[in-house]
Amino acid sequence: MMRLIYFLPLLGCLCLGVVFFLGLDSDPREVPSAFINKPAPEFSLAPLPGRANASQADLGNFSRTDLVRGQPVIVNVWASWCIPCTAEHPLIDRLVKQEGVVVHGINYRDKAPAAANWLARLGDPFSKVGFDSDGKVGIEWGVYGVPETFVIDGSGIVLFKHAGPLTPEILEQDILPRIRTHK
Amino acid sequence: MRRLLTSILFVVMLLPVSAKAVLPDEILNDPALETRARTLSLELRCLVCQNQSIDDSNADLARDLRVLVRQRLLIGDTDKEVLDHIRARYGDFVLLNPPVQSSTYLLWYGPVIFLLLGIGLVFLTLRRRNLVPVDIPPDESERIRLTDALKQLGEK
Repeated sequence: MMRLIYFLPLLGCLCLGVVFFLGLDSDPREVPSAFINKPAPEFSLAPLPGRANASQADLGNFSRTDLVRGQPVIVNVWASWCIPCTAEHPLIDRLVKQEGVVVHGINYRDKAPAAANWLARLGDPFSKVGFDSDGKVGIEWGVYGVPETFVIDGSGIVLFKHAGPLTPEILEQDILPRIRTHK
Repeated sequence: MRRLLTSILFVVMLLPVSAKAVLPDEILNDPALETRARTLSLELRCLVCQNQSIDDSNADLARDLRVLVRQRLLIGDTDKEVLDHIRARYGDFVLLNPPVQSSTYLLWYGPVIFLLLGIGLVFLTLRRRNLVPVDIPPDESERIRLTDALKQLGEK
């Protein structure tokens, strides 16, 4: 019986090893959002100046009332200077055109002409686009980098947040299931 | 006189520069408030660079947060209210000092628990060592083998 105690350090090391091994998979830059399962923040943004009128575009103010219309929506924080935003743009397009999801944009710390030009060049899948040139509303949302994507249920509760560019996996595993269950 | 001035200037240049990333236009006119803002900024993590405080960091977001800290102080927030305001938006991770709460008990109290475990282990080991009897007289069979062995040695 007492011999077993000599194996305790080995057991402890093995446990630590398992913890470290699992830790290899997690991204230290990923910061959990403070808003998960909590109401989205109060905010109101003027529309992006110079935005062309695409078919689903709504050129009005973007505020919290747009998040409580009964159906789940996605809020995507983007900027024209942000390369990963360009990379994930086709996926936003797919969400809107193939999945029929409403996606609102927050244009973060950007210049209006550059942002409008970016939309004209890549296509404009957004419903509303709020112009957050000084990043103040970004702070309200706890944004620390672009792109960031929030999934919000029909009553203004944040279900999920992803920081960094979207991937097809994140779309299939994290975003679409949440949209479907809240539709 | 000139030499004295030069030496003073030299010493001043060697002093650590306290203003880090803070830009002149951010600094508040009220020195007491500015000191509080600086102390608070040292407590807040810059989420872009992660292991710098917003006082150290040149990132745009760090600057925005420094300005926000000062705005909150100007409208009369207490230090705790300022930290809570930012924590409500960025979560516990924004605090460089993790708060003591149920999810961080292991972090805060773990070292004490391990220290107590170690002390307990040392205590147990020492007690067991003392329990081992040192002076046991040899019993009858051992005595016979001993005398035999000594006899054999004597014959050689």
